[in-house]
Amino acid sequence: MQVLDTDLNTYELNESMKNVSAGALVTFEGWVRNLNEGKEVIALEYEAYNTMAEKEGQKIIAEAKTKFNIIDAKAVHRVGKLDLGGIAVWVGVTSKHRGIAFEACEYIIDEIKKKAPIWKKEYYLDGDSGWVNCEHCAHPHTH
Amino acid sequence: MKTINISYFAKLREEANKRSESIETEVNTGLEVFKLLKEKYNFSLSETDLKIAINEEFADWNDELKNNDLIVFIQPVAGG
Repeated sequence: MQVLDTDLNTYELNESMKNVSAGALVTFEGWVRNLNEGKEVIALEYEAYNTMAEKEGQKIIAEAKTKFNIIDAKAVHRVGKLDLGGIAVWVGVTSKHRGIAFEACEYIIDEIKKKAPIWKKEYYLDGDSGWVNCEHCAHPHTH
Repeated sequence: MKTINISYFAKLREEANKRSESIETEVNTGLEVFKLLKEKYNFSLSETDLKIAINEEFADWNDELKNNDLIVFIQPVAGG
């Protein structure tokens, strides 16, 4: 897995998966959408603990290769500020047949979302902003 | 005394207003380091909200720290 601070080139990523023994390439793209939990989002910022995120991502890809009979898998995550419609993450999996590639691709993105130390800050139309999954966990100070 | 390096990300980076620092300390665990820093920066997050990584691996709050370890407090992740 790679963490990049420049736009993802999905054409090049797809090309990099080319393999004559593969009968299928399944890809997933995560896009920046305009609404989260009822609030209108105008931009997003991703921040990562890059070295650890890449390590965790490699572990996930290695697990996927053990669990599923796939040929190859790759993941790239964007960091920095992204506008609506921007590509935040790309996952690609090749295999002989499509079924296993769909399963492995879903497994990889699910695990990345759970484990990779990557954070998302949303900027809202109303001027507010917040770290996703974190604002609700902040406690009021007791002293 | 040992040197412990800390890197901050996301909400804790904003609250500490720095990306990293090194401290000289006698304490033995990541939990104790976090408590010192929470006091210093008035972090809005508690250890129950966070995980700890030591030298780029998820670890336990009570693992014993060694000289020059790198600690990161991991707030709930939101990649993808």
